[in-house]
Amino acid sequence: MIAAHLPALAVVVPLAAAPLIVLVRHAGAAWALAVAAAWFSFGASLALAAQVADAGVVSYAMGNWPPPWGIEYRVDALSAFVVVLVSAIGAAVAPYALKSVAAEVPGELRYLYYAMHCLCLAGLLGMAMTGDAFNLFVFMEVASLAMYVLIALGRDRRALLASYQYLLLGTIGATFYVIGVGVLYLQTGTLNIADMAARLPAVAGGRPAPAALAFITAGMSLKLALFPLHLWLPNAYAYAPSAATAFLAATATKVSVYVLLRFHFSVFGESAVTALLPMPEILIALSIAAIVTASLVAVWQADFKRLLAYSSVAQIGYITLGIGLATRDGLTAAVVHLFNHGITKGALFLLAGGIVLRAGGARFENLRGLGRSMPLTALGITLAGLSLIGVPGTAGFISKWYLVLGAIEAGMWWLAALVVLTSLIAVVYVWRFVEAAYLSEPGEAAPRPGEAPMPMLVVSWLMVAACLWFGFDTSFTVGGASRAAQLLLGGAP
Amino acid sequence: MIDLLHPGLLVVFAGVALALLRGPVRAAVALAAPLAALWIVLAAPAGPAWSGSWLGLDMRPLAYDALSRLFAVIFALMAFGGALFALNQKSRLELPAAFVYAGSAIGAVLAGDLVTLFVFWELMAVGSTLVLWSAGASAYRASMRYLAIHLLGGVLLFAGIAGHVAETGSTEFARMALDSPSHWLILAGFLVNAGAPPLSAWLPDAYPEASWSGMVFLSAFTTKTAVCVLLRGFPGTELLVWVGLFMVFYGIVYALLENDMRRILAYSIVNQVGFMVTGIGIGTEMALNGAAAHAFTHIIYKALLLMSAGSVLYATGKRKCTDLGGLFRTMPLTTVCGTIGALAISSFPLTSGFVSKSMISQAAGDEHLLWVWLALAAATAGVFLHAGIKFPWFVFFQKDSGLRPPEPPLNMRLAMLFFAALCIGLGVFYQPLYALLPFGTQYVPYTGAHVVVQLELLLFSGLAFFVMLPMLRRTLTITLDTDWVYRRMAPALVAAAEAGWRRAVHAIGRSRGSVLHRLDSAVQGLHGPQALFARTWSSGGMALWVALMLALYLLLGYL
Repeated sequence: MIAAHLPALAVVVPLAAAPLIVLVRHAGAAWALAVAAAWFSFGASLALAAQVADAGVVSYAMGNWPPPWGIEYRVDALSAFVVVLVSAIGAAVAPYALKSVAAEVPGELRYLYYAMHCLCLAGLLGMAMTGDAFNLFVFMEVASLAMYVLIALGRDRRALLASYQYLLLGTIGATFYVIGVGVLYLQTGTLNIADMAARLPAVAGGRPAPAALAFITAGMSLKLALFPLHLWLPNAYAYAPSAATAFLAATATKVSVYVLLRFHFSVFGESAVTALLPMPEILIALSIAAIVTASLVAVWQADFKRLLAYSSVAQIGYITLGIGLATRDGLTAAVVHLFNHGITKGALFLLAGGIVLRAGGARFENLRGLGRSMPLTALGITLAGLSLIGVPGTAGFISKWYLVLGAIEAGMWWLAALVVLTSLIAVVYVWRFVEAAYLSEPGEAAPRPGEAPMPMLVVSWLMVAACLWFGFDTSFTVGGASRAAQLLLGGAP
Repeated sequence: MIDLLHPGLLVVFAGVALALLRGPVRAAVALAAPLAALWIVLAAPAGPAWSGSWLGLDMRPLAYDALSRLFAVIFALMAFGGALFALNQKSRLELPAAFVYAGSAIGAVLAGDLVTLFVFWELMAVGSTLVLWSAGASAYRASMRYLAIHLLGGVLLFAGIAGHVAETGSTEFARMALDSPSHWLILAGFLVNAGAPPLSAWLPDAYPEASWSGMVFLSAFTTKTAVCVLLRGFPGTELLVWVGLFMVFYGIVYALLENDMRRILAYSIVNQVGFMVTGIGIGTEMALNGAAAHAFTHIIYKALLLMSAGSVLYATGKRKCTDLGGLFRTMPLTTVCGTIGALAISSFPLTSGFVSKSMISQAAGDEHLLWVWLALAAATAGVFLHAGIKFPWFVFFQKDSGLRPPEPPLNMRLAMLFFAALCIGLGVFYQPLYALLPFGTQYVPYTGAHVVVQLELLLFSGLAFFVMLPMLRRTLTITLDTDWVYRRMAPALVAAAEAGWRRAVHAIGRSRGSVLHRLDSAVQGLHGPQALFARTWSSGGMALWVALMLALYLLLGYL
């Protein structure tokens, strides 16, 4: 009985939890509710993923209105994969947040943090599951508005500016998206994504189609922080509360990548997109620019959270690079890197949150001597850093491996070489951490010996363990990603 | 049952344990782990011991055959001897790092597939860098340069392996032909570790900065692992003959000009690996056997030479030949052991070097490669000059420097005696070594003609050394501060490569105005804390970018 309603429940439960939290207002109870909702969504997502693995596609008609008239929730191999990532991160960050938020957010505002966490989770899950292009916009706005609040809750005053700028840009991005969808609606007369895909070829030759594609692509590039539209991201990640940073960095941009994939490959279709715009070339060029410049910027950052934020921009470049290759291995790399980078960056930001809690900040002078004062945190960051570099035995290696295979498959040797060479820049910025943590004498700003509170440490280390685990057992990640890639390229799911 | 244990990982984990242990338990683990690994290697049956599937690829992380067993045996022996020698090392990081390094080298030679090879290859780079590091602040810069080169080599190897897998769908590590970019990349990755041109300079740049015991470990594993994988992947590749000969003479020329005793020995590693690479390039069974056997014996006598040099460094704190001399009075055992090592590296009959190097020359002769044979013969004389006579002469004899250091502690003396015994033992009873070689052989090194030729060669070059001693001594004082000697004497190519390396090093280090420095400041100018790419943009600026991107997409869509 309940199994049939999983797609709706996974979204509705956190969505309903948010107003409930606002009514309760008590920080502790709010936290408990948020954890319960997040874990429920996680359970529902896993069950849903199992259903998708059996049935191929799970379609759910909201309010029993059959598609294409009603709103359809449509979960296939790709969306199930993204849903599992988002809900897993949500479920991990929620218990972590208790101590971290208590330290970073003023008491009277804490319940808001949990309400926004639930809303954001609901929005992101909705984006990944809905089969309706306009409904997707609604969930995008739900998630984005929640994110603006989450960022603004940061205690640094610059968080307000970061949030404001993200709000401006995010709104532009969402508007572009909805303009694109509007054009498509005028052309095809439907908002159902599958229906739209079926009707589009008949009208794709017309004048409006390139405009629709251009608006959606530009809008989503902004949301997923593709160079040069990444400018909102570093400050937003650096100044948001640590728990919020970890949650957003691991999920928000990834779901936007999902939307881009959905429109490029499922709605328009790869060949139609290439006929309208030289997308592979643009994506590859922008991705390379993102990887090189953002990695280099990361090298000189003075704040560890900002360093990680720039590294995120670079890592998103690896994801879009895989999309640009548009080969089977390339897409597999892109989708698998969504996941692997999500858990890697999640682990790093969670551990950085522990440092912020203990040292009052995560600037490099706070990190000096961390290997002795917070040995577990320092070791965790080093291990997750290895995954960021793509060292064999970590999740990051799997992504790089498929990306290199994809580049070779596309006949681009230079690109394969570039991918491995640029990971050397990641070596440099990860090395900066190692040098500060293990080779420098602790300074004034370094924390006194003592680890972060146990729940935070446990959650962070679970994530670090995941980075290592998915470097060996790839049946879920690569299996799911290659099914998704097959689906996107039009093969049987 | 025994084959389920991984000897390499055993040593790696022992290394991790060593970091936590203290006192006699630590010493016991350090000595027992390599012996246990040796026992596993000797007892395990041939064939893949571990196999499985990863990313849809067949993996053979642990596989034994004659070649891998030979190298695993010598690596385990080396880890044992090195551990014995290093027991009194004060640094608490060095021995654990050296074990991680040695264990990953064992893992690399026992890897049956390319992905496993790559994993151990990188672990080896990390382990060896840590060994360098533990020598203290003076080695920091050198260790970073070393790491950079090895990461670059790792990148080449990784790209090559990925390409190989993409083309063939197989990760099996077998013989490859130079027929695709991926195989060239793999070869390049291997050669970086072998110390081949144009990057040979990383070796003499980094190794002498290690501690007195660290260099003993460093000399053994990286280059010889490269020899092992070249033997497996690229036997009979003609290019390697010329690469190898270049290395042979590069090593000799620089070693003759060098004043630092451990840099002499570092250049001589390049030289000796050159012999092996040449043998691999010749590619007959005799040549490959020779290369493998030479790697085996070389590890032992080079470790012995470096142990004696390390003992001198330990006792005197001095590295320069001009500061040393006359040490035989108070360090007789070290002198004897160092001399045995020097005789072995010169392939004196009745030492291990003779029974291995002669196979390579024999192979060149059998293949009628006249120039190669002549070059190898000339090089043999050259080796005798720089390592066989120059090193012991200037360190232990020559003028009296006035130093009266005592012999090193017992464990160091025992380690030297052990390796000296191996040098002589293998020179006299060579059959057990020949039995371990990859191909069966009936070769007999001790024929009358062969021994006489070798002795004549060595005696004449020895004579030449003492006749030209005043000249050699003069060059010694000159190489300290000017570079005119190697401009005049060394081949121009070598000098250019070396100068380029020095320049690059200096640019990274301190000098201003060089190309690299300008590039560096340009990069930093764009990416530094307040630079264009890193600063916080105004909201209007961000929105402008959005408009530009939209305009770009629209323009491309309608053009």
